[in-house]
This record gives sequence, C-alpha cells and structure tokens, in this order.
Amino acid sequence: MSIISSFRESSRAKPIIDRIHQRDTGPVSIMEFCGGHTVAIFRSGIRTVMPVHVQMISGPGCPVCVTSNGDLDRAVALAKTPGVILATYGDMLKVPGSEESLMQVKAQGYAVEIVYSTLDALALAEAHPDREIVFFAIGFETTSPAAAAAVLQARDRGLQNFSICSVMKLTIPGARALLSMGEVKVDAVIGPGHVSSIIGSDAWRFLPEEYGIPVAISGFETLDLLAATDALLRMIEAKQPDLVNTYSRIVKPGGNRKAWGAVQQVFELRAASWRGFGEIPESGLALREEFAAYDADRRFDIRVAPAPEHPACRCGEVLRGVALPPDCKVFGTACTPEHPLGPCMVSSEGSCAAYYHYQRQQR
Amino acid sequence: MKHKQILLAHGSGGSMMHDLIRDVFLPAFDNPLLRQGNDQAVFENPGGRIAFTTDSYVVQPIVFPGGTIGELAIHGTINDLAMGGAQPIGLSVGMILEEGLEMELLEDIVRRMKRAADDAGVPIVTGDTKVVERGSCDKIFINTSGIGIVPPDVHIDGASAKTGDAVLISGTIGDHGVAVMSERKGLRFETPVTSDSQALHRLVARMLEVTKDIHVLRDPTRGGVATTLNEIAVQSRCGIEIEEERLPVPPAVHGACDLLGLDPLYLANEGKLLAILPEQHADAVLAAMRETPEGADACRIGRVVADMPGIVRMKTGIGGTRIVNVLTGEMLPRIC
Repeated sequence: MSIISSFRESSRAKPIIDRIHQRDTGPVSIMEFCGGHTVAIFRSGIRTVMPVHVQMISGPGCPVCVTSNGDLDRAVALAKTPGVILATYGDMLKVPGSEESLMQVKAQGYAVEIVYSTLDALALAEAHPDREIVFFAIGFETTSPAAAAAVLQARDRGLQNFSICSVMKLTIPGARALLSMGEVKVDAVIGPGHVSSIIGSDAWRFLPEEYGIPVAISGFETLDLLAATDALLRMIEAKQPDLVNTYSRIVKPGGNRKAWGAVQQVFELRAASWRGFGEIPESGLALREEFAAYDADRRFDIRVAPAPEHPACRCGEVLRGVALPPDCKVFGTACTPEHPLGPCMVSSEGSCAAYYHYQRQQR
Repeated sequence: MKHKQILLAHGSGGSMMHDLIRDVFLPAFDNPLLRQGNDQAVFENPGGRIAFTTDSYVVQPIVFPGGTIGELAIHGTINDLAMGGAQPIGLSVGMILEEGLEMELLEDIVRRMKRAADDAGVPIVTGDTKVVERGSCDKIFINTSGIGIVPPDVHIDGASAKTGDAVLISGTIGDHGVAVMSERKGLRFETPVTSDSQALHRLVARMLEVTKDIHVLRDPTRGGVATTLNEIAVQSRCGIEIEEERLPVPPAVHGACDLLGLDPLYLANEGKLLAILPEQHADAVLAAMRETPEGADACRIGRVVADMPGIVRMKTGIGGTRIVNVLTGEMLPRIC
C-alpha cells in the first residue's frame, strides 16, 4: 500500500469518527480557512458524517475567490494591451470580472495562455522575444515563492519582456480581518496546510493566544482532516485552546525559510483589496523598488474604473462565513458553473462550486 | 517518386491522389469490398436490425502513450456500435489531412488502423480523403462510420435502467485521460500510464451469451464515468449510487490526478464499458466479463436506486455521501 492510500483507508477513519461523536463540546463551528480543505471536506463527505452539533463553515481561503473585480478587470485590460501575452493559472480563466472573463477575452482572439507554473511563463517570454509576457500572479503564501523565483530567474537570464501583475495576498491578515469583524462565530480553525508549509505552523499561534481559538494545521487527505477536527474538538472539550500540527510530515514550526526568504527578497507588503472585505492593510504583496522592471503595474499604464460586484451575488458574505452558498438567491439558478455570476461558483476551490458539485440536493 | 509530406495536390482528385490511395490506403486496408473500387460498399443483407454510427477524431496529440488517433478512430466507432449490442460488419474511414503532414506519420497511422481493424475482425470497406491548406486542420482529422447488426431480443437503451439494477464496469478508469494529458503536458511518471484504447464488441458478445437482458451499455469516453452515469440517470429517470472504494483506479492514475488536480471519474476512457443489468444476472455476467482480455478487471461499482432521480450519488470511503456531478466546461489545471 502506498503512503497516500493509507491516508484514505476507511478502516482507519471509523475510530476517529466515533471519537468525534463522543466528544462533549456542545454546539461548535469549525472554520476551514483553505479552499483546498473545503473541496476535500466535500469530496470525502466529511460533513455528512459529523454529529449535528458540529458545524463546518468555509472561510476566505480560496485565492481566486477573494480576488476583487477591480483586479480581474486589470488582468482583462492587460490581456487586451497590444503586444501582451497574459499568462495565468487555469483557475482564473472562467472567473467573471465586471464586464467579462479572461476566457471570453481569449475567445475574442487576445493572447491568454494557461500555465502550470511560473517557469512556463518564463519559457513563453523566451519563446516570444517580440511580445510582452505578463504573469497574472494570484494566490496566497503557497504560490508566492514561485512568483518570486520567476522574477529572480528573469533577472538572472536578463529577460526584458517578462513582468508580473501581483494580486497575491497573505492569509494571516485575512484571518485577522475576518475575526476582528466579529460577524461570524468561529470556535475553532482548521489551519491551511500548504500555506503553513511556507510560513510555518507557529504563524498561527496568535489564534489561541490572542483570540482563544484552537487551531489545527491539516493536510488534505480525509484522515488528515478527521484527525485535525478531532484535535480541535478535544481542545474545546478540555477548554485548552492551543496550536496542533497534524500535518507535521510537511509543515514545520518555522516553515520553509528559503522559500519565504525569496518572497521577502522580491516583495514588500501593501494594502490589498479582498472581495467581501474591501481593503485590508499590509495584506498584499507588491514588487520591491529593486524589481520595478518586472512590475506590470509600473510597466503598463492600466487604469480601470471602480468595479462593483454583481448586485445579486453573495460571494462576499460566503467568503466571510456569514452566508452559506444555498442562502444566495441566484445559487444554482442564475449562477451556475457554466454561467457564474461570482468567483465562488467557478473556482475549483470555491465554496459555491463545492456545494453545487457535491451537496446540491442535500442542503 | 514518393513524397515525404502531404501536398495539396494529394487531395486534388488527380493522379497524385490516386497514387496516395493506391500506395498508402489500399494496400493497408485491403479487403474484397474495398478492392472493388466503387464509390460505395454493397453488403449482403444479413437480416435483423441494423445499427449505424459515426464519430470524428481530432485528438491532440495524435500520438500518445499506448496509441494514436488511428486506433482510437477504429475502436471508438466499433465501441459505439457495440454499446447498442450490435456486432460490427464494416467501417468507413474519412481522412482530412493538413498540407505538410509527414508521409511517414500518415503511413504509421494507417498501419495502426489496419491492425486495429484486423484485430477486431471488422473490415474498412469504403473511404474518402481530403487535403486542406496548412493551418486549416491540425495535421490529421479522421471520421469513421460503422454498420452493425443487432441480434434478436437485444434491447439495450440508455433509458432502460431500473431500480435495483447492478452497475458494472469492465476495468480500470482514467488511463486514457492521463496518457493523453501527460503527453500534452510533457509529464513523465515512474509508472507509465498508457491508453486503454481497445474494441469492446467481443466483450459485449460474451456478455450477451450469458443474458440478453442487459438494460444499458455505455462507454465512458469524454466526460468520464461521472458524466456517463449522469446521462443514464437522466435518461432512465433513476438515481445511481456508486461506492468510492469499489472504483478501480490504478495507483499511477491516482498519483497523476493528485498532481494535476484532476478527478479520475471525469477522465476519458477509450476501452471500457459501463453495464447496467438486473441484479439476478450480475454475478454471472461479471464472471464472464472477467474471462475476457478486455474485461479482466471488471467489477461491480454500484446500483440503481429509486430516490434522487437524475442524480448520481457516491458513498465515500469514510461512509459519507456526496453528489457526483457532470463535468462542467473543460477540466483546467488548478493553481495550488
């Protein structure tokens, strides 16, 4: 049996589920901050085996979803700039901006290329010396080291036609903003796995220490998530909020210093606009002055009009955990994966997409 | 003199086109009906109901681990006939070639089509060739049509699934999808995944020997097992429940899917079938399937249920449930 399949073995899940049912906690709300966890929880059916007093809610952890309409419109405008090839991760393609999505822009004949990694974007720049390659950099701490590495490599290789449009965000300021708003009752947090592999599990100590909320860093296999949930309920039961790392095979307390060092070398903090939250100070990554030549924002004079979100779309509330996807009037009717009104319906890590694909009839 | 590449003149209807047919297609596909050189193949009428199908193949890349567009074009059309319970008796091949296509590649594809047709015992009885200007198609597009005979008392239909029926699959899932995707992306895995492209009419014939009472047969090609089961659930106005732990996903396919953010349930298969039939025949049909090379890994994956008509539901590994939706749009790589 492979390492991975041992994490999917059903016989190992049963005892953990039994323990979860026996924990004496009273009603609790557990929020997962990571979109990858949201999807894994739905796919494995974890919500359907939880006791009724344990509610699982999704937070603002889908990087595609929290991207604001204004930032999407900027990407669209860049793609339409003569001479530009916009390189993007596939997830962004279908997300509607205020007027259109990158997929619609691509269909109009503009150059939008899907890349699997930032290195693919560099290869595009080398293959098309007569074109400007702009990498639309979205994501949290997990993807930012790859963006930093691309900038450093572009400099080393002397590439003149590569730049990035950074809308990258940091999870910790996002989490703090959510909790400070106090709109939603969060009794425990499933901490992100991939993000924590970069910034380290210790970065989440503020949750128990400042907010009294237990946090368990989790992997993405079913058993990881069950073990993390059980650890959270155990801490609630004992009234001893703390940080538990159930993903220690990947996540170290101090994270990946080399990767995070590259991010800090290339980027500095700036305010970022989050869908559902508005502007959060020091929550975004911008290129440092030293790397201005690789900054698409400075290279191209792109101005977009203020971009309101679709009036019927409740993605913002879904991202803050105050509304569930089925609470939205357009969920599954006017808004579907084929015709999304908001990003949560179309991102592979979006809550609305997870509900639509995995739980539609069981709400 | 033989040309190294396809030229526009190869499609002109003149002598170069006749050379191409005489030198490349006829020797490869040779059989009595084709040799007559008419604009049509004329069959004896063997009696019974006739099944007729057509499909076009535009796969990119045209060569992938375990096959080419050529085998796909033969197997795919044979399988479309077989899914109606028909035994194929003849195929047509229409080729659209791009100016500049390497002659060697064309000859290789043609050889592979011939081998696939011979192995299946189904002759290619008529054909057509067109050449289009560079850029008007992607190297080679192939259309194949097929005719088959449906035996008496066989009534296989996507709308015939009944509550209580067993759901069987003839083998592992996701192989073709991963093989094509990995070639497209230039990925290499420790355990190479090859396409499962194969003809299924002999497997179907063997199943029908056990019982004619098979309700539904479908090959889960584009959109995969998930999409095919959803189509059946809608057509038959029934629910289908499958069990995650019973799904035969090879470890290498699982690994590739984890890496690429894909779900094996949505990956194309080109040599597998889903069968829905009364529970009382399920064990016997399954045993017969396993005796054949095409169905050696056949297994039971679920059942037809009365609740949730039009919906496919999955019992997950930990005993939870979730819906299995149709594929929406194209599968795109995820970001993290």
